Amino acid sequence: MTQMNRQRLRITFAKGETLKYISHLDLARAWERALRRAGVPLAYSQGFNPRPKMAFAAALPVGYTATAEMVDILLEKPLVPLELAHRLAVALPPGLQVVSIKEVDLGLPALQSQVRAAEYRVSVAWTGDRADLEARIAALLAAPTLPRERVRKGRRRAYDLRPLVEDLKLEDGDAAGYRLWMRLHHGAGGTARPEDVLDTLGLVDVPFSVERTGLRV
Amino acid sequence: MQISNRLLDRILPTVTMPARYTGGEWNSVVKDWDDVQVKLVLAYPDVYQVGMSNLGLMILYDIVNRQPGFLAERVYAPWVDMDAAMRREGIPLYSLESRHPLGEFDVLGFTLPYELNFSNVLNMLNLAGLPVLAVERGEDWPLVIGGGVGTVNAEPLADFFDAFVIGDGEEVILEILNACARAKESGARKSELLRALAGIPGVYVPSLYQVAYHDDGTVAAITPTTPEASPRIVRRIVPQLPPPPVDLVVPYVKVIHDRGMVEIARGCTAGCRFCQAGMVYRPLRERSLSEVLTAVEAIVQRTGYEEIALVSLNSASHPQIEEMVRELIARYSHPPLAISLPSLRIDTFSVRLAELFQGRRKTGLTFAPEAGSQRLRDVINKRVTEEDLLATAEAAFAGGWQRIKLYFMIGLPTETLDDVGAIVELVREVRAMSRRYHGRRAQVNVSVATFIPKPHTPFQWSPLVGEDDLSARLALLRRGIKGRGVRLSWHAPRTSLLEAALARGDRRLGRVIHRAWQDGARFDAWPEHFDWEVWQRAFAAEGLDVDWYARRERSFAEVLPWDHIENGVSKSFLWDEYQRALHGETTPDCRLGCVGCGLAETLGCEGAG
Repeated sequence: MTQMNRQRLRITFAKGETLKYISHLDLARAWERALRRAGVPLAYSQGFNPRPKMAFAAALPVGYTATAEMVDILLEKPLVPLELAHRLAVALPPGLQVVSIKEVDLGLPALQSQVRAAEYRVSVAWTGDRADLEARIAALLAAPTLPRERVRKGRRRAYDLRPLVEDLKLEDGDAAGYRLWMRLHHGAGGTARPEDVLDTLGLVDVPFSVERTGLRV
Repeated sequence: MQISNRLLDRILPTVTMPARYTGGEWNSVVKDWDDVQVKLVLAYPDVYQVGMSNLGLMILYDIVNRQPGFLAERVYAPWVDMDAAMRREGIPLYSLESRHPLGEFDVLGFTLPYELNFSNVLNMLNLAGLPVLAVERGEDWPLVIGGGVGTVNAEPLADFFDAFVIGDGEEVILEILNACARAKESGARKSELLRALAGIPGVYVPSLYQVAYHDDGTVAAITPTTPEASPRIVRRIVPQLPPPPVDLVVPYVKVIHDRGMVEIARGCTAGCRFCQAGMVYRPLRERSLSEVLTAVEAIVQRTGYEEIALVSLNSASHPQIEEMVRELIARYSHPPLAISLPSLRIDTFSVRLAELFQGRRKTGLTFAPEAGSQRLRDVINKRVTEEDLLATAEAAFAGGWQRIKLYFMIGLPTETLDDVGAIVELVREVRAMSRRYHGRRAQVNVSVATFIPKPHTPFQWSPLVGEDDLSARLALLRRGIKGRGVRLSWHAPRTSLLEAALARGDRRLGRVIHRAWQDGARFDAWPEHFDWEVWQRAFAAEGLDVDWYARRERSFAEVLPWDHIENGVSKSFLWDEYQRALHGETTPDCRLGCVGCGLAETLGCEGAG
C-alpha cells in the first residue's frame, strides 16, 4: 500500500440519546466496527497490535449527547465522501449519524490539538425566577475572576473559571426549566465543563442534560 | 409498561458502566411487542460483560428471533450499584431491547452456566418483582425455565423453576414456545402447561417429581407424580449442528470475550475424567471447513469484529484446523482480523498452529497439564507426558513466546503431597527453560484451581479434598513457586466448597440457597462479594451439612440426586472409569475407537462401533 494514495477524511457526526451512556473508548470501538462493516479501506498502524488510524477531536463525557462531534480517519485508498456517507448510513448503529464528511489535508496537525472551544446547550430542570437566573448569568460574566478548585487524580488544583467561559446565554425557558447556551474554552490553556458553570450559577443538585453542539477548531 | 429514558436518567449517571443497561447494540433485535404470540426473555445470572461472552444465549436469541411469532430479548444481572439504584427508585428488572419488566414476558429463560451464579438467579427474579419460589408464582406468567450445563443437576434449583431443558437447546426452545403459544391461546392453566412441557423430550418439570430420602439423608428414589413425566429425562442433542449464528450482538462496552465466535465443534472425545463438559456435550459434532469459512465471512461483514474465536472444547483437534487457520489468515490480512483458539493441546502441533494465528503478536500461550505427576495425570486420564509438556514449552519459547501460562488442579482423587511437589518440579523445569530462551524477560504464570467433583463424570462419587489437605498443598505450592519469572495464582478454598456442595446437591439445598440469598448472598463467583458466613449460617439454619454434600465418598449403590437425568453416558461406564482411575489406568481418546461410554445406545454416536 503506497502512502501516495492515502486520504484523510473528517467526519462530523451526532451522538444521540440512545448512546449517551457509551464511554469515549466504547464509541471509538463502535466507530471502528461500523467502518469495518461499511467496508471502508481504513489504514492501520504497523506492529503487533494493528490499530485503525482514526482520531477524535475531543472525548465526549458519558451522559452527554452531541450534534457535531468530529473524527478524522485515514484511508488506504481514496473514497468519495458521499460514497462513504452512503455506506455508513447502513452500517452505523442507531444513535450515531453522519452530519457531514469532508476531505482534509494529510499534513494538518492532529485534530485533537486544533480544538479551541466547545459549545453546549444545557437544559436544567430549575423552575426559579427568570430574572434571578439572568442576574446570576450577568454576575458570572461580570466577575473579573472565578477562582475554583478541581480534583484531578487525587490532587487539588486551583484554577480560574472566568477566562474559560467565552460566552454564556439564557436561550429560553418553560414550565420544565431553562435552556442555557455556552461556549467554553477547550484544550491548551484549560478546559471547562458545563457542570462547572452550573455550579457557579448556584444550580446545584438540579437535574440537567447536556448536548454538545459544536467544537471550534 | 416500558421503563422510560427519563426514569433511567435518574439512576444511570450514578452507576458504573451505565451502557450495560441501555441496550441498543448493533444486531440486537427489537420486534413489535404486540405483534408476536410468545415473548421470551433470555437471562444470564452474571454481569453483562460475562453474559455477553456466552455463545449459548446468542444461539437461542438468533433462533427465536427468526420466528415471526416469537421474540427474544436479553437481560443480565445488574451490578450491585445498579441493583441498589433500581430498588431505591422502584424500577423492576427490565429487558435491554424493549425495556419491559421481566414480569411482562411469557417465558423467562435463564442460562445456568455455573453453581456460583445460583444466588443471582433468585436476586434477578426478586428484582423483577417476581416471587422466587415457583409455587408462589402460581398461575401467573412468566414461565421460568433454565438451560445450560447447570441443568445436568438442577435439583438445588428445583424450587425456583418451572422447567429445565437438559441438553442442546436449538430445537427444544421452539417446542417449548409453541407449547406456550397453545396454552395462551386455549387459556390453559399453568399446571396443564407444565404437564404438556413434561411430555417434550429433554424437558424436566421438577414439580412433577417426588423425592424420597433414606434416614441417612441420601436419596431413596425420585419418582414422577403424573404419567406425563417420564421416569428418566433424556438429554436432547441436535444430531447435526445447525448453521452457527452470524448476526451476533456487538456490545458497546468491553466484554470479557469481545470478539466474534464460531463454534467449530461441540463435544469432545478426549475423555478426561474430571471434565464435566467432556461428558455432557457428547457426541462430538464438527463443523466442516467450508461451513466455518462461510460463517466467518458473514460474521466479519455483519458485525465488524476485528477478532474471531474458533471455539470448541478442543479446537486444536478439529481435523481441518490447520487449513482453517491458514485460510482465515490468508483471506483477512487487510483489514487485519485476529484469530484465536481458546483451547490448545499440549503438543508441538498446537504451538505451530499458534505461530500461524498469533503471528508476531505472541501475547501468551496457555497449556493445561492439570496434574504434576505422570501417575496423577493417568488417574485423571490426561494422556500427556512430561516429555510432551517440555517439548511443547520449548517449542513455544523457541517460537518467540516469552510468557506461558500453565493450568493445574489440586485436590484430585488419590492426590498426595508428592503429586503436588511434582507440579513444583515441573514448573521449575519450565522456568529454567524459559530463562534459557528469554532470560529475565521470561514469565511462567501458574494458575491453580481446586478440583471440584461434578455430576455425570467418573469422579461424581469422589469427595472434595479436605480443607487441611488443601491448605497443606497450597502451602507447598506457595513455597515452591515463587521468585523472579514465575507467578502463582489460586482460588479461595471456601468458594470451592460451596461450588462442590451445590454441584452435587439435592432438592433440600433449595432452602439453603433461598435463605442465603435472603441473607444477602449474590455474586458468589466474585471474591469481593462472596461471603462464606452467609452460606454457613444458611446451611446451619436448615440443618444441612455442607461437608456431607461436598466431602462424602459416595457408593455405587447410592441413588444420586441426578440419576433421573439421562445424560446418555452410562452410569456403569462412569463407575468403570472411576475404578480405572483409582488403579491409574488410562482410557484412549474415543476418536481412535469406541470406548463404550453408552452414548451409542442412548443418544446415538457416529463414532461408535
